[in-house]
Amino acid sequence: MARTLINVPATAKRGEIIEIKTLIQHAMETGFRRTQLGELVPRNIINLFVCTYNGEEVFRAELHPAIAANPLLAFSLVATESGTIAFKWLGDSGSSVIESAKITVV
Amino acid sequence: MTTRRQFLLATGGAGLSIGTAGVQAQLAPNQEALRRAAYGEALRKVIGGAPVRPGKVKLDVPPLIDNGNSVPLSVAVESPMTRADHVKAIHVFAEKNPQPNVVSVYLGPRAGRASISTRVRLADTQTVVAIAQLSDGSFWSDSAEVVVTLGACLEDGLI
Repeated sequence: MARTLINVPATAKRGEIIEIKTLIQHAMETGFRRTQLGELVPRNIINLFVCTYNGEEVFRAELHPAIAANPLLAFSLVATESGTIAFKWLGDSGSSVIESAKITVV
Repeated sequence: MTTRRQFLLATGGAGLSIGTAGVQAQLAPNQEALRRAAYGEALRKVIGGAPVRPGKVKLDVPPLIDNGNSVPLSVAVESPMTRADHVKAIHVFAEKNPQPNVVSVYLGPRAGRASISTRVRLADTQTVVAIAQLSDGSFWSDSAEVVVTLGACLEDGLI
């Protein structure tokens, strides 16, 4: 299971714009590299990242091989209500990683 | 076993192409054209022939990169991010990468601010382009020249 690092403020004022940072451990194999024997290393990247706020999709990113290994994504959201912000990473190999963070809006 | 003839042919050929084409020597002759076509195609898929105007978008990439494997990149778009007027999508392209798409993000008024940052791979010294699609359907862009000393591993420059 890939390790993830998520930075979401624990509390926020209603309507405040919060910064979210996510990082996931992944080699992001491009499919353009060759081994020393000349065989092409098959592509294996995370191709989709989706962020939902209390079940509603608020941010989505399509990633391509040009994203560096251990993809970092930082973006912002408006803190509307207390609840859960969930993150999902989908990979070429059919893998999916789901993480979530709680936020309290005052 | 390499014969003397093969060796001379190989090295002689390499020397000639380095002399004429410099750093591009290792690329196939039509590599450049192929990449340009791929870039045009990727761009067309996103904007579909609509006009792209410069402005509103701010693409932030360091002008000089030692290692193209991990380049910090951030894009910010000027927008009030209200339900009526917001940024729908931000696309980033690198024209000389083997695949020109870098990242496409989709956001809405709930993002509050149209700004993202990530880390990308750049294969060569090139122009990086960010295009933002607004809720009214207009496209705005910004570009940045990046000098890459050591490209992301692509020794044979295959597409």
